[in-house]
Amino acid sequence: MAAAGSPDVFLVAVSGEIESGQFPGFDDLYCKFCFVYGQDWVPTAGLEEGISQITSKSDENSTLVWNFPIDITFKSTNPSGWPQIVVSVYGPDFFGNDVVRGYGAVHVPIVPGRHIRTIPMFVPESTSRLQKFTSWFTGRRPEFTDPRVVAQGEGREVTRVRSQGFVTISFNVMTKDMKRLGYEVTPSDMENHSLVSVTEGIHDY
Amino acid sequence: MDRSEESRMIIMEDFLDEDPAQAERLKRTLTAHRHRRKKPLREAAGTPEPPPEDWSPATMAAAPPGAAPPASRGLPPVPSASRTGFAEFSVRERMREKLKAAKSKAESTLLQEDPSSRPRHLKSIRERKTEVRLDKECDRDEFREMQEDESHISSKVKFHDSAKIPKQKPPVQNDFPSAEEAYKFFTFDFDSEAERVKAGIRKKNELNHEEEEAEEDVETHGEGQEESETDEDVHLVKDDDLFILGQTAQDFLVMKPAEYESYSEQLQKEKEFLFIPSMQAVPASQKMPGNIQPRFLEDEGLYTGERPFVSPSNLNILENRILRQEQGKKWFGDDGKILALPNPIKQSLTRPPVFSLEEGIEPELETLYRKAIKVTAANQYLVGPGDFQGPFQLDIDISGLIFTHHPCFSREHVLAAKLAQLYDQYLARKQKNLTTLLTDKLHALRNAVQCSIDGGDTAVLKPVAQQSIPEYKIEIRQTRRLRDAEQEKDRTLLKTIIKVWKEIKSLRDFQKFTNTPMKLYLRKEEVDRRLDEKAYETEIQDEINELLEECREEYEKKMEEYKTELQEWKSWKKTQKSKKKKKKKDLRGEEESVDGCELDEEPVKPIPPKMVNSLEIEQQVREKADNFRRKPGEPVLIPELVLSGSITPSELCPRAEVLRREDVKKRSSFIKVLFNSKEVSRTVTRPISSDFRVHFGQIFNLQIFNWPESLKLQIYETVGISSTTLLAEVFIPIPETTVLTGNASIEEIEFSSSQRVMLDHEGVGSGVSFSFEADGSNRMTLMTSGKVSNSVSWAVGEKGVPLIPPVSQQNTGIASALKNIDAIASIGTSGLTDMKKLAKWAAEAKLDPNDPNNAALMQLITVATSGEARVPDFFRLEQLQQEFNFVSDEELNKSKRFRLLQLRNAEVMEFRNYKQVPLHEREISEQLFQDYEKRLRERDVIDSKHYLDAHRAIVANYLQKIRESVINRFLVAKHHFLLSDLVSEEEIPSLGILGLSIFKLAEPKRPLKPRRKERKKVTAQNLSDGDIKLLVNIIRAYDIPVRKPVSKLQQPSRHSRSFNEMFAASPSAQSPGENIDWVFNQVLVRPFVEVSFQRTVCRTTTAEGPNPNWNEELELPFRAPNGDYSTHSLQSVKDEVFINLFDEVLYDVGEDDHERGSGIHTRVERHWLGCVKVPFTTIYFQARIDGTFKVNIPPVLLGYSKEKNLGNDRGYDSVRNLSEGSYITLFITIEPQLIPGESVREKFDTQEDEKLLQAAEKYEAECTSKFPSRRCLTTVIDLSGKSVFITRYIKPLNPPQELLDAHPNSSQTAAELVARYVALIPFLPDSVSFAGICDLWSTSDQFLDLLAGDEEEHAVLLCNYFLGMGKKAWLIIGNAIPEGATAYVLTLEQNQYAIWNPSTGCFYGQFDTFCPLQNVYCLISCDNIWFNIQEYDSPVRINFDISKPKLWKSFFSRSLPYPGLCSVQPEELIYQHSDKAAVVGLQGRIEKILKEKIMEWRPRHLTRWNRYCTSTLRHFLPLLEHNQGKDVEDDHQAELQKQLGDYRVSGFPIHMPFSEVGPLVEAVHSTGVHTIDVANVEFALAVYVHAYPQNVLSVWIYVASLIRNR
Repeated sequence: MAAAGSPDVFLVAVSGEIESGQFPGFDDLYCKFCFVYGQDWVPTAGLEEGISQITSKSDENSTLVWNFPIDITFKSTNPSGWPQIVVSVYGPDFFGNDVVRGYGAVHVPIVPGRHIRTIPMFVPESTSRLQKFTSWFTGRRPEFTDPRVVAQGEGREVTRVRSQGFVTISFNVMTKDMKRLGYEVTPSDMENHSLVSVTEGIHDY
Repeated sequence: MDRSEESRMIIMEDFLDEDPAQAERLKRTLTAHRHRRKKPLREAAGTPEPPPEDWSPATMAAAPPGAAPPASRGLPPVPSASRTGFAEFSVRERMREKLKAAKSKAESTLLQEDPSSRPRHLKSIRERKTEVRLDKECDRDEFREMQEDESHISSKVKFHDSAKIPKQKPPVQNDFPSAEEAYKFFTFDFDSEAERVKAGIRKKNELNHEEEEAEEDVETHGEGQEESETDEDVHLVKDDDLFILGQTAQDFLVMKPAEYESYSEQLQKEKEFLFIPSMQAVPASQKMPGNIQPRFLEDEGLYTGERPFVSPSNLNILENRILRQEQGKKWFGDDGKILALPNPIKQSLTRPPVFSLEEGIEPELETLYRKAIKVTAANQYLVGPGDFQGPFQLDIDISGLIFTHHPCFSREHVLAAKLAQLYDQYLARKQKNLTTLLTDKLHALRNAVQCSIDGGDTAVLKPVAQQSIPEYKIEIRQTRRLRDAEQEKDRTLLKTIIKVWKEIKSLRDFQKFTNTPMKLYLRKEEVDRRLDEKAYETEIQDEINELLEECREEYEKKMEEYKTELQEWKSWKKTQKSKKKKKKKDLRGEEESVDGCELDEEPVKPIPPKMVNSLEIEQQVREKADNFRRKPGEPVLIPELVLSGSITPSELCPRAEVLRREDVKKRSSFIKVLFNSKEVSRTVTRPISSDFRVHFGQIFNLQIFNWPESLKLQIYETVGISSTTLLAEVFIPIPETTVLTGNASIEEIEFSSSQRVMLDHEGVGSGVSFSFEADGSNRMTLMTSGKVSNSVSWAVGEKGVPLIPPVSQQNTGIASALKNIDAIASIGTSGLTDMKKLAKWAAEAKLDPNDPNNAALMQLITVATSGEARVPDFFRLEQLQQEFNFVSDEELNKSKRFRLLQLRNAEVMEFRNYKQVPLHEREISEQLFQDYEKRLRERDVIDSKHYLDAHRAIVANYLQKIRESVINRFLVAKHHFLLSDLVSEEEIPSLGILGLSIFKLAEPKRPLKPRRKERKKVTAQNLSDGDIKLLVNIIRAYDIPVRKPVSKLQQPSRHSRSFNEMFAASPSAQSPGENIDWVFNQVLVRPFVEVSFQRTVCRTTTAEGPNPNWNEELELPFRAPNGDYSTHSLQSVKDEVFINLFDEVLYDVGEDDHERGSGIHTRVERHWLGCVKVPFTTIYFQARIDGTFKVNIPPVLLGYSKEKNLGNDRGYDSVRNLSEGSYITLFITIEPQLIPGESVREKFDTQEDEKLLQAAEKYEAECTSKFPSRRCLTTVIDLSGKSVFITRYIKPLNPPQELLDAHPNSSQTAAELVARYVALIPFLPDSVSFAGICDLWSTSDQFLDLLAGDEEEHAVLLCNYFLGMGKKAWLIIGNAIPEGATAYVLTLEQNQYAIWNPSTGCFYGQFDTFCPLQNVYCLISCDNIWFNIQEYDSPVRINFDISKPKLWKSFFSRSLPYPGLCSVQPEELIYQHSDKAAVVGLQGRIEKILKEKIMEWRPRHLTRWNRYCTSTLRHFLPLLEHNQGKDVEDDHQAELQKQLGDYRVSGFPIHMPFSEVGPLVEAVHSTGVHTIDVANVEFALAVYVHAYPQNVLSVWIYVASLIRNR
C-alpha cells in the first residue's frame, strides 16, 4: 500500500514473548493468549491466538518460564482500539482438574522499542461460599465466558475477582507510518531515553 | 518546693559572696539544715555526674578536701514550683562543693523528727506563690533593689517574720546568728514572697501566727521523711556503679550477661512511652488558661446550639488526651468545654412520620401503592390536560397618552404644562393635607403634655406619665419641624403657581394670541380676623415656650457637661500639681516617664455655655411665621385651574404659530405592546391633539402560557406619512396576582425621550434650549416627556377563576434564583415583597444571627442588602466542555470520517460492524451514507410502490417505527450485563441432580436406544463466517401426491368419487374395488427434497413412491447479516429455511426409436409439490426442530392427485385420513448450538394492580418450579410497552357480519370461515420484528388496523370471535411445530375439543395425531388462567376439563377471587368495507408484476403466455376462494383437462394472505415454475384477490406451465 506519498494505514509489528509467570502455590501451568483489538484493526501476519506448553517450577526459582513467542503485525486506520494482549493461565488443581489460574490483559506498548510488562493476574470469584466449595470440589471454578472480557470495560461491574500471580511479557514493538499519519507516540526530544528508562524500570521491578 | 529551696540557697550564696563576713556568720547558723538539701540539690543540678551525697568513704575522699567550710543555712523551707532552669554552671559548681562539705558535717548532727504527713493544700498554695521569681533573681542588682524596696513596703509582713524566727530556729541550730542578721535575712525572704503573691496570699499572711508556725513545722517533718527515702535509693545506685567500674578495670573483654528485661521493667518502660488517658473528669482549672473562670455563654443569653452527644467517659478521655499535648488548652472554649460545633442534626423530623400499616415492616421501608396515571398517548406532543389550565390572559388597557413636553410645544404650552404640573402638585398636596394633619397632631400632643402635667399636679405623678412627657416633648418638636416644612412648601407652591400664571398672562399679552385654554382662578376665602389673629398668636406663643424650654434643657445639659468637664479638668490640674511635687521627691526614672506621658494630655479648659435669650427666640419664631404662614386676617387663597379659556383661532395667529399648529396636526402617535420583548400588538395610530393628548382607549387581551418576563410599551410618533420614530420605551410592572381586570386602576407611567428636535416655527423643540425672555437670558432646555395612562391586570375566566399562570411557572432566571434564597417562602408567605423592610424587621427583631434557624433569613438579608444576588441567568452543565472541543461541531459533522465513527459508535444498524474506517476523508465514498440517509429520509415518506396499497404502506411504516424504537431499547438493554454473561460458573447441584448422576453411574455405556445428547452451547459472539452450519435431516415423507397418468379413461371414475367432510373423523367411504385399477396403473412419484436457505440450495437424492424415505443430512452454511454474530443480530435474522418437495420427472426426449437403442436422452423436469417453511429464528430459539410437518401443498396440483389409495395400508389409512395432506419428517438444528439470547431484562411499566402483579409473579414462579419446561404466561406487553394482565385480552367480539351471513344455518362452516378470515390476516412473526423482546400483544382492533401480527394476535382474535359467536373457547399457550412457542385456540364443540391453528385457519380434533400443537402449557379465558399440571402436555394425552383442580391450576381461585379486570379490547369491532375497485386494480397490478418477474427470471428464453389457459385459470380462482381451496381439485382438473386437452399442464394455485408484493414474488419463485426450459413451453398466470371486510385480502395466484403434447 501507499506506494504514493501518503499511506492509508499504519502498521504495528509486535514480537516478543510471554516470558514467565509467578504463581505462588501453583505449578504445571500453561497459558493462552489472544489479541483483542478494535474494529479498525486488522492483523496482517502472525498468530492472533496461541497456547503454550505446560511448564513446571524448578526447585529454587519460583517462576514458571514459558518463553512463549508472540509475533503479530497489525494494520490499522485508527489508534482507537489499540491491540491488547489477553493472557489466561490454566493449570491443574488439587484433584487434577484443569482450572483457570489467572486472567490478565495489557495494551501493546505504543512506543516502538523493547518493553517488558508485568501483568497482575486475577480470577473471577465464586458468587457464594457454597459455590466456592462446590467449585473447588468439582474442579469447575468460575471462568470468564470469554477471556476477552478482561480487555473490555463493559460489564465488569458485575464480576468480582481475586488477584493471583503475575505474568511477565516482553514486547518488541515496531511501527510504520505512524508519524507520517500524524500520530506522535514518542516525545521528539527523548526517543532513546524512554527506551532505557522503560527497561530499567522493569528490571527494578 | 525543693527547687525553690535550692534557688533560695543560691540567692543566699550570691548574697553572701558579696558580704563574706555576714555569710560566715550565717553559715554557722544554718549548718543544721544542710542534710535536708541534699536531694533537692542533686535534682536541680540535673547533671549525670555521680550523686554528690555519697556516703561511702571512698567518694567522700574524692571530694575536694580544700572545700570551703560547710555553709548550710537553715531556712524555713519555702516551696516553689518554678521549673525555670536558671543555674549558671559556676554557681552550681560552687554549690555542689559546699554541699559536700555540709554533708560530711551532717553526720554528726542528727535530727529527731517525727515523720508526719502534711496537708496537701498547703503545698499547692505555696506552689503557686512564687512562679516567676527566679528570672528576676538571676539579676543580682535588681534583686537587691527589690529587696530594699520590699523591705520598706510591707512592714506588716516584716513584723510577722521577726516574731517567727525565735520559735523556728532553736531546735535545729547549733549556734544562733545574731538577731539582726536573722531578721534581715528572713525579712528579705518573706518580703520577696509577699511581694510576689500580694494578691493571692495576703489573706494567708494575715492569719494568726500560730497557724502559720504549725504549718512550717509540719512541712519540715515532711522534708525529713522524704530525705530518708531518697537515701536508700542512692545506696543502690552507687553499688551498681561500683561493680561496673570494677569490671572494666580488670579486663577489656566484654562479657555481657544475657539481657533480660523483667516484666515490671518492661511495664516501667512502657509507661514512659505510653500514655493511658484517664477517664476521670478534668477539673476546669486545668482546661482554662490562667485563673479565668469558665464562662457560660448560654447563661449570658447567647445562642450556643446543642452539641452532639458524646458519652462522658469518652469526653473525659479526649480531654485528658488533649491536655497532654502542647497547647492543649487552645482546644477548650471559654466555657471549659472542648470546642465543638453544634449538632447539625435537626431535632424535629422534617419528614412526616410514617405509620406502618403492616406489622413487621419498617415504616420507612414500606412501599405504598400509588396507581399509575394513564397518559393518553395520542396527544403527547401537546401539554397534557392535567397540568395545563388553558391559556392565561393578561389584559392591557392603554387609555391614552399625555405629553408633558413635546417639541411642538409653544412657549405658552411650556408654561401651561408647568402650571398644570404645579396645579397637580397642589391638588395632590391638598388631598394629602399634611399641614393640617401635622398641626392637629401638634395640638393633640400639646394637650396630652398639658394633661399629664396637670394630672401630675393633682395626684401623684404616675410613673408612666412621667416617662411619657419627655417622649411627648420630643415628638412635639419633630412634628413641629415637619409642619413648618410642609407649610413652607405649601406657601412656595402657591407662590410659584401664581407666578407661573402671571407669566402665562404676560406671555399671552405679549404674543397677542392664546394657545392654551388654561385659566387660573384664585378664590379668596375670607376669615374672621380676630379669631385668626388669636390663633396665630397662641401658636406663636406656644412655639416660643416650647423653644424656650428646649433651649433650657439644652442649656442644662450643656451645663452639666460643662461641670463634669470642669471637674475633670480641675482634678487633672490638681493631680498635675501633686505629681509635679511627687516628681521632685521621686527620682525613679520609670515613674518620671509615666508622669511625662500623662503630662502631654492636657485637657482644654471647658467653656461655660450661654443661656439663650428668650427675645431672640421670639424674633426667630415670628420671622419664620411671617415667611411661611398666612398672616392673620389674610384671606385664604385657593387656586383653581380651569380649561375654559378660548384659544385664538389660527387665522388670527402669526405665521410661525400657524406653522406650529399645522405641524402638530401632522403628528400622530401609537403604542406598541411588547410581551417578553416581542411585539404582540399595537394601538391604532391617533393624531396628537392640539393640547398634546392622545386618546387610545384600547384594551389588549394577551393570551399567554407562561409567567411573563417583561411587559413593555413603546411609544412611537409619526410625522406626516413617512417617518416613524421611537419616542420612548416604558416598562410596565407585571401586575400582582391579586390585580384582576375588575379592580385594576389606571396608572400613569411617565416617560421621557432624549430625542433632540429643533423646529423652525413657534414650537420650542426638544432638547434645545430656549428662553422666555426677549433678551434670551434664563435659557432652559426641555426634553420630550409625557405620561402613558394604562392599566394591566389579569383577566377573569368564565367561572370567575382568574387566568393567572401558577407562580411556580415563573421560570425566569431571577425569579428562580430568588426562589432559591427565598427564606420567606420557606416560612410560608411566598414572594419577596420588600427586602429592605425585611432587613429592617430582622434588625429590629434582634434576631440571633448565630441561630441556625435564622441562617436562611440572615443569608437572604445579607445577599439582598449587599446587592450581591448575582446569580447568572443560565446554567451550564459542562462548563469546561468548550475547552475540550478539538474541532467545532460543524466541522465534526462535515467530516465523513468522524461521522462514520460516530455512527458506528452509536451502533446504527448500517455501520454497527463497519471494519477499518478509512484514515483519510477522501477514501470514504459518499455511497456509504446513501443507504442510511435514504432510510432516514424514507422513515416518514410512505412509499406505496412496493405495497400497492396505501394502507399497508402506512402499516408497514408504523411497524418499522415500532421496531426501531424497540430495537433502540434493546440496544440499551444489551449493555446491561449479568454475571452469567461474563462468568461461567457451575450451578450448585441440587440433591435431585446429584441423585440422578449417581443413578447414571449404573447406566449402560451404550444404551440400545440412545438419546440425543445436549451439545455444548456456544456463545455467539466469538464466531465468524462459516462457523455456523444449519443441519437439516430429511427423514421421510408420507402421502405425497402422485402423478396422474394422462389418460382420459380415468375421468369417469374420478367423477364418481365422493368426498367426505373433512372434519368428520370417519374413514373414507370409498370402496377399495374402485381403486383396483388405480393401484396397478399408478405412476410412481419420484420425490426429492430441496432445502434452500440464504440462497444456498441443497437437495436430497431422489426417492421413489409416495412415502419416500430419504434419511439424509443436508448441511447449509449460515451467514449472519453484516458478519455480526451477536445474539441480537442472530435474533433478527429474517431468513427462512425453505424445504421444497419436488417430483423429478424424466422425459424421454429421444425422437426416434432407433436412437433408443444406443443412448438414452432424457430431460429431467421437476415439479413442485409443496413446501415447508421454517423461519431461522424458530430454529435459533428452539435449538432443534424435530417432528413431522404438514407439507404445504396447493389445493390443486395439476397432473397430480392425492388419493387415499393404498389398499395395502388400510389400517394406517384410517388414521391418516383424519387430516388430509402430505407430511414430512424433519430434524433441523444448528451446529454448533447457539445460546439463544435472553429476552430483555427490563421491567415494563404497568397499569396493573401491584397485588395482582405480585400474585402473578408468585403463580408463575410456582408453575415454573414444578414444570420448568412449561411456559406460564400471566402478563404480556402491549404495543405501548406496558405489562398487561393476559386475561384482559380475551373478550367476546363480533366477527364481520358478512361472514356470519354467508352460512346462517351451519355454525360449523361459519366458524371455519371466521377462522379463515383470521388466518388471512398476514402473519408477521414478532420474534423477527422485535428480536429478543418478549412478545408484544396488540389488541384485536389494533391487530385489524395493522393487519399484521403473529400467532398470539391471531389466536386472540379468533378466540374472541368464537366467544362472540357463543362458543366456548380458550386460548392455548403451548408449543407447536414448526413455530415453537405459540398460541392456539381451543373450542368445545359437541363435547369434543377442537384445536384451531389461528395462523392457518385449520382445526384439529383433540386426538388428531398430526395436530401441530405438541404441548399445552396453559389455557386462558377472559377471567382466568389455568396452568397444566398434568403429567403430560401433549394434547392427545391430556384432559381439557379445566374444572378439575388436580389437572389445572387456576390463577384466580377462592383465595384470590377474580377482581373483574376490565378488558383492553374495544366494545365492538367496526369493519370497513373493502374498496372493490381498488381490489380489482390491485389484482391487475399483481398479475402484471408477477408476469414481468417470470420473464425476468428467464432471461435466456422466450416466455410465452397462453392467454386461453390464463383466462380459464382466472375463471377457476373465485371458485377456489369460495370453497376455501377444498374439494375442487378434481372438478377443476377435469375441466382443465377438457379444455386444454393437448397440453401437458403442470401448475398450481398459490394461496396467500396479502401483505405486500415481495412475499408473493418469493412464493412464485420458490415453486420454480419458471425453471422449465423446454423450448415450446407456455405459461399461464392468473391472479385473483378476494376482499374481506377491513381490507383483509386473500390472494390467489395460479401459475401453470403448458407443454403441448404432440
